[in-house]
Amino acid sequence: MTSPAPYTPYHPRWYRRRMSVWWWLKDRAYVKFVLRELTSVFVAFFAFLYLWQLRAVTEGPDAYARFLARLQTPFFLTVDIVALAFVLFHTITWFNLTPTAMVVRVRGKRVPGWIVAGSNYLVWVVVSAIVAWIFTRGLP
Amino acid sequence: MTGRFTPIMWTLFSVGGTVAAFLFPIHLFLNGLAFPLGWLDAPSYEAFLALVQHPVTRLYLFVMIALPLFHWAHRFRYTLYDGLQLYHLTVFIAVLCYGVALAGTVVAAYTLWNIA
Repeated sequence: MTSPAPYTPYHPRWYRRRMSVWWWLKDRAYVKFVLRELTSVFVAFFAFLYLWQLRAVTEGPDAYARFLARLQTPFFLTVDIVALAFVLFHTITWFNLTPTAMVVRVRGKRVPGWIVAGSNYLVWVVVSAIVAWIFTRGLP
Repeated sequence: MTGRFTPIMWTLFSVGGTVAAFLFPIHLFLNGLAFPLGWLDAPSYEAFLALVQHPVTRLYLFVMIALPLFHWAHRFRYTLYDGLQLYHLTVFIAVLCYGVALAGTVVAAYTLWNIA
């Protein structure tokens, strides 16, 4: 990630075959990798969508109603379905990677990967239920 | 892009990715599908405003917006860098990605602070 090494005079140029930008289409594993990397675009999309919703709330009931009506257009419904698919892909790949990224030990013994990943899914279900409860009903 | 900056960005990437993994599917399902299609009743304007005015909700929403933006910035930076092989634009891409995330964070903080 540092700045490229400056070329010294008379240094031979390396011979490197130029890779196609579409190199990842040759193998399913590469396609999965690139799709996983692209999930971040939809993560950012939803972060900005929610920010937009908060802006609309601060502008008053009319602006908020206009925002909600916009979400009902076929365009946004389509984009939201695609975004949900990508965000779910992010969640699944992220949870399944945790045993690799994080080694959990209990009394000196390594906890099996499926328990580490599985506990993520369990917490996810509980958190989602709480969020759904609060964000459909509002404050008690 | 050296020194202490990159490790911090990797940490934000990791924490933001976790926040997005746990919270985004349900919020996106509710706001993007369940409410617009009428599967579930959306809270009224007053109810939603009261909810987001609560200090805990404000903090929650700030975390939910800001950290995933830095997750995106870091991952997308390498997606552009490796995927499109834009090696000569490294610095430009980094500034652009982290800059967008920072701008979103500032707008989120401003909005949530001033919600009235």
